Amino acid sequence: MKNRWLSLGLCGIMTASLLAGCGSNSSTASSAGSASASASGSAAASGKVYYLNFKPEQDQQWQDLAAKYTQETGIPVTVVTAASGQYETTLTAEMGKSDAPTLFQVNGPVGLKNWKDYCYDLSGSDVYKQLTSDDFALKDGSAVDGIAYVIETYGIIYNKALLEKSGHSVSEITNFASLKSVVDDITANSSKLGFAAFTSAGMDGSSDWRFKTHLANLPIYYEYKADGIGFTDAIKGTYLDNYRQIWDLYINNSTCSPKDLSAKTGDDAVSEFVNGKAVFYQNGTWAYNDIKSVGDDNLGMLPIYIGAQGEENQGLCTGSENYWCVNKNAPAEDIQATLDFLNWVVTSDEGTTALAQDMGFVSPFKAAKESTNPLVKIANQYIADGKTSVDWCFATMPSEEWKNGVGSALTAYAADQTDAKWAAVVSAFVDGWASEAKLANG
Amino acid sequence: MEKALKKYSPVFILPTLAAFIIGFLYPFCQGLYLSFCKFTTVRDAAWVGLSNYAKVFADASFGNAFRFTVAFAVVSTLLINVLAFTLALVLTRGIRGTNAFRTVFFMPNLIGGIVLGYIWQILINGVLSNLAKPLLALNTAAGYWGLIILMCWQQIGYMMIIYIAGLQSIPGALTEAAEIDGANSWQILWKVKLPMVMPAVTICLFLTLTNSFKLFDQNLALTGGEPNHATELLALNIYNTFYARSGPQWKGIGQSKAVIFFILVVVIALVQLRSTRSREVQQ
Repeated sequence: MKNRWLSLGLCGIMTASLLAGCGSNSSTASSAGSASASASGSAAASGKVYYLNFKPEQDQQWQDLAAKYTQETGIPVTVVTAASGQYETTLTAEMGKSDAPTLFQVNGPVGLKNWKDYCYDLSGSDVYKQLTSDDFALKDGSAVDGIAYVIETYGIIYNKALLEKSGHSVSEITNFASLKSVVDDITANSSKLGFAAFTSAGMDGSSDWRFKTHLANLPIYYEYKADGIGFTDAIKGTYLDNYRQIWDLYINNSTCSPKDLSAKTGDDAVSEFVNGKAVFYQNGTWAYNDIKSVGDDNLGMLPIYIGAQGEENQGLCTGSENYWCVNKNAPAEDIQATLDFLNWVVTSDEGTTALAQDMGFVSPFKAAKESTNPLVKIANQYIADGKTSVDWCFATMPSEEWKNGVGSALTAYAADQTDAKWAAVVSAFVDGWASEAKLANG
Repeated sequence: MEKALKKYSPVFILPTLAAFIIGFLYPFCQGLYLSFCKFTTVRDAAWVGLSNYAKVFADASFGNAFRFTVAFAVVSTLLINVLAFTLALVLTRGIRGTNAFRTVFFMPNLIGGIVLGYIWQILINGVLSNLAKPLLALNTAAGYWGLIILMCWQQIGYMMIIYIAGLQSIPGALTEAAEIDGANSWQILWKVKLPMVMPAVTICLFLTLTNSFKLFDQNLALTGGEPNHATELLALNIYNTFYARSGPQWKGIGQSKAVIFFILVVVIALVQLRSTRSREVQQ
């Protein structure tokens, strides 16, 4: 009998642990709904807006802006921000609910594939007419599915004071060869100088996108340019030797041994850069808040030179992976409310100020104000100087899976820099692209 | 009294039943249905028949994940149970500080899987780095043994408690009788204690085996499937199918993987339960 009780009790424990195993992954969305609407308002006041925001850095600013709009018009605006790296998961969950987001984001043509059937055609909307160029619209045939709302730029951010201390100036660096000679010189003297050339090229999940996505953009960009295309199902890898050059430069001249890169995080790189342990740090305008303690005047940005033909005229990498999409399955009055809200954000004084100053965005809208972000100013200078910006071709990468494959191969190569390991990178890049493109379309 | 109980039994059953239906049965059936569909969210599913299942078997990564999972489950189940049983034997001898030891061994079980994963990642990377070996993200063998060490560390204490309960329920008269009959301690262990704790063995084997098969958090945090999916267990493989691929067809494929995974776990668990149950003895 005793035995029965034992097994009964254990069964209980067992069931409990089973159930615990089945626990749903509750989305870690930070939600702070706006105040409920006051009764005042115009005809569209019956609608409501629910924005699922992609950028955790700007969560508070969006909440404030939404509250302001609600105060002004009485239309409730809810902003929910997905946790970093969890946007797709959160969006999938939220879109399945009855009160689905009316406004969401995709990251480009590949991200759009998942959500095409949910995108309201924005071609007749006011906010579309506010775009400065059609390049910033994400189109599917003649339908406008998404509208870019922030233009970002990345390159090699550098610390001016440290560069001077090493006896070099930025005017020396005009292509890959000159970048390499400066870097080699810093590495040769690094023990004397007390800092390295590059921050650690961490391949932890918090940092690897800088290399498997952003750095990988350059060989893709040059290949597209050479072939005169904007999209492909089969990359050839013409510029992969250049990719190897720049990757070698990053990993062999950094603050740590290339063998340790697999465990280095994004925070490691930031702290190395902020604490003056390295001169160069590959990242973009969005990173300004992390590194501003270096000092606005002390920050500079260089194009990522990979040794391609004519790169003396190459600028920074500029583009967008943030597209607004309106959920076409939402009730008509909600869609209208969302469109009105968007138009208000990009045209009103409060909206444009919030975008440019509070969030530090460069927005491709006619009424946009100038951003206060110093990295943005540097980026604008390159354009004013007549340099050709590098497009963000990484939005055409076939899948997350492809990026992960390239990332794995890059990490393995960093720890053991042989031709065989590089062949694995090439295979992940070229063969992986073909097979992933086939799987994504199939 | 009995009559009243009978009359009101639906009322008492209802909350649990409702929770079970809403929280388990309904999602399960929906999941089953979705595995035959192409969908982006659960509301817009389009029936595609068996094609998702066909694609699962064409996906080499699923087979790899399956092999890795089996290798992991077998070794970790054996190690956890042998070690937990040994600890239970030691800690039922009435040595000093028994309770303190039991508490300490049980404690890792109270820490969440993700946290444990990251803690062990730091520990193991530290050791590997000192030995100048490739770190976890590049080292399949280290990833495999790391997972096993992690799971042992987490689960041994829990299984130990169950074994202790089993050992303590053995009547003293039995072991005493065996001693008087001249059995040595080894014989007592094999011929008396082990048959008597078979119910606990059944439970522990069941728990460790299914836990190993379903392992997700620790896998995600410790290795994330690196290098290149080589240390990816089935659950993580399903998750990656669902979220790391683009195109709506992958959701359905991930879902059918999940159904196959469920059937697999159920079959293995039932076979194991049947085989150990048959060895249980009645007191």
